[in-house]
Amino acid sequence: MSLTRSVLLEQEERFMTVALVGNPNSGKSTVFNALTRLRQKVGNYPGVTVEKKLGRAILPDGKAMNVLDLPGTYSLAVQSPDEQVVRDVLLGHMNDTTRPDVVVCIVDASNIERNLYLVSQVQDLGIPVVVALNMMDETVKQGRAIDPQKLQAVLRMPVVPMVASKEQGIEELKTILARGVEPVPLREWRMPAVMEEEVALFAQWLCTDRKMDRFTAFSEAVIHLSTPIAKHHLLEHGVSDIGTAMVQDARQRLTRAGVKWRSAVIEARYDWIHRILEGVLTDLPDPKIRKTERFDAVLTHRVWGWVVFVSVMVLMFYMIFTIAAYPMEWISKGFELLSAELKSVLPAGDIRDLLTDGIIAGVGGVVVFLPQILTLFFFISLMQDTGYMARAAFIMDRLMSRVGLHGKAFIPLLCGFACAIPSIMACRSIENPKDRLVTILVSPLMVCSARLPVFALMIAVLIPNTSPFEKAGIMLSLYLTGILGAILMAWVFKHTIFKGPTPPFIMELPPYRFPTLKATFLHMWERSQLFLKKAGTVILIFSVILWALMTYPKLPGASGDVALRHSFAGRAGVLMEPVIRPLGYDWRIGIGLIGSLAAREIFVSTMNIAFNIDDSGDAASLHSAFSEARWPDGRVLFTPLVCVSLLIFYVFAMQCFSTLVVTWRETNSWLWPAFQFVYMTGIAYVAALTVYQGGRWLGFQ
Amino acid sequence: MGACSINTLRIGQKGIVMDLAGDDQIVQRLLEMGVTPGCPVQIIRYAPMGDPVEIKVRGYHLTIRKKEADMILVDPQ
Repeated sequence: MSLTRSVLLEQEERFMTVALVGNPNSGKSTVFNALTRLRQKVGNYPGVTVEKKLGRAILPDGKAMNVLDLPGTYSLAVQSPDEQVVRDVLLGHMNDTTRPDVVVCIVDASNIERNLYLVSQVQDLGIPVVVALNMMDETVKQGRAIDPQKLQAVLRMPVVPMVASKEQGIEELKTILARGVEPVPLREWRMPAVMEEEVALFAQWLCTDRKMDRFTAFSEAVIHLSTPIAKHHLLEHGVSDIGTAMVQDARQRLTRAGVKWRSAVIEARYDWIHRILEGVLTDLPDPKIRKTERFDAVLTHRVWGWVVFVSVMVLMFYMIFTIAAYPMEWISKGFELLSAELKSVLPAGDIRDLLTDGIIAGVGGVVVFLPQILTLFFFISLMQDTGYMARAAFIMDRLMSRVGLHGKAFIPLLCGFACAIPSIMACRSIENPKDRLVTILVSPLMVCSARLPVFALMIAVLIPNTSPFEKAGIMLSLYLTGILGAILMAWVFKHTIFKGPTPPFIMELPPYRFPTLKATFLHMWERSQLFLKKAGTVILIFSVILWALMTYPKLPGASGDVALRHSFAGRAGVLMEPVIRPLGYDWRIGIGLIGSLAAREIFVSTMNIAFNIDDSGDAASLHSAFSEARWPDGRVLFTPLVCVSLLIFYVFAMQCFSTLVVTWRETNSWLWPAFQFVYMTGIAYVAALTVYQGGRWLGFQ
Repeated sequence: MGACSINTLRIGQKGIVMDLAGDDQIVQRLLEMGVTPGCPVQIIRYAPMGDPVEIKVRGYHLTIRKKEADMILVDPQ
């Protein structure tokens, strides 16, 4: 069992390494899957939250090849962590990754102009390049034709036409890779003469002073002269004060010469692309209106857009709460049966209890999340693969930008109503690191389904014969409280710890594409595997520890509430009573709070023990035990105010260890889950305190 | 005709990009996405709540907030 921060992916030195580079939506993952089948591993690059995917392909000559799937980027100009990683890997600067021997640039043929921009940047780095011209089938539908032979002739790099989703062109690509790829040709695009001179001058300095090879030096020189990055940024990238001064001088000279150094390089690249595509790209006569534009006329329509959007969301939640509820029940029933079976077979004792109440309950508590995670990722992956995800962000951005979040944060937050775990995992689609972190931090405030058993119990105690109407009303206000809390905290975070200019919303609306079931299932498999392996083990250990805390030390002969009070958890509950007494809680509720750190729904079963109701105790007996519960001085424990205070506490409190583990995994740092726990528990405490003390002050009980 | 912000175009109207002005990093990103001077752009639609806007550039569809769209100066066609 490994608890290291990043999984070590071994890159076999004796094999060639090929890196896949491409724009988002260019079908890069499809090419990766087609090349490697299931011979792949997912991990993280050291120190960053960028996903590292490594696989192995078998070439036609029987040799193996390492395949690195680099994150999808539009550029290599280091504006985001993703771009930084791609650049570092391609330059051989990434610690645990050897420099690739060949780069395969995946180009979306239906969007060739913008995709070739990245190719021209990769070309600068001096690694042999193969251009995989993907989605060739879409160009015809688009009313355009591309001649791959002519493109190969003008690019002077191997060009492989392909339709990766139908596995067309994959064998051809492998053949080219097996044969070996020629060194990359020299660039043909030219900047204004003055700029060429300045770049050459600075590159020369980088070569001699920084000991860079001439390709790296040229590429770095271009970036440093043309990218408006701050001085400390330059220093971070190994450019000393002298270098920074040289850059400043060069920029001043360029400005005096009338060269717009910010845009000159980008324009030069696009001019070159425009020139080489003449003769390669031809418009077919009589182009039909594109399918995508017709779809969008409905899907982003003022009225129909909302109808479709709400329907999709309703369908998703219907699936989660009805379809996914069955396997969830089977899983929990299955684990209960297994545990009961073991209890009847094994002799009574600590080992038996550890096995049943610790390990089996722990494993069950992890596995029970799977149906929800699978269902949510089924939808998320469908939305991503069809292109609808970008439309959802387009529709919701106005609303989300009010609190300073990105339109893409909406779907992950919405998933939070089912479960915070897939919600936090879904935040990967948000590229901006700050936006992503804020979304991760607030998503557990959305009222998840694990809170429902606690709410149901407390509402039943609050109003003994609740009408469905009252129940729905209370539930709705609890949901709204959670949403309000998430919105408020997102706003607070964006104006305090994540202060800074609002990141721009510049997003491609990719053409609608037909999803493949294979890709969808692969995505679901990958996410659930990630959850089980990376989070499951830690959660299991915590469950066992929690079990031990509630079992030891033992009081001979005692059972039920007496034994619980004697345990570490019970003592902690007694110890923390002064802290929670202002909220209206006694030590027994304290134990419930500790127990439900593993998962909120455990509150109910812990309360069963704390109030000495045997295992067969149904909901009704717990209600009556609650209504009979008294403080030592005879006052009623569960007054309406205490019930409301508990409800509010559970809306805000971070009572879910699994979520914390997933936050840790997704942010690659213990700092963020710790912060999440502290701030949420803090809000919960203050809110419950306000409700209880404020209520008493107003004369409520 | 003088250059004006792309936001002043009607839905469906085309324009030629003249210049980009505003925050350096955002301008760089827009340039890299292919919104370069001399390039034709077209307003496709606004989102149901009026913001962001969808534009067509270099044969693909891009969405940006009005705030960013204001940085793109065009010559209306």
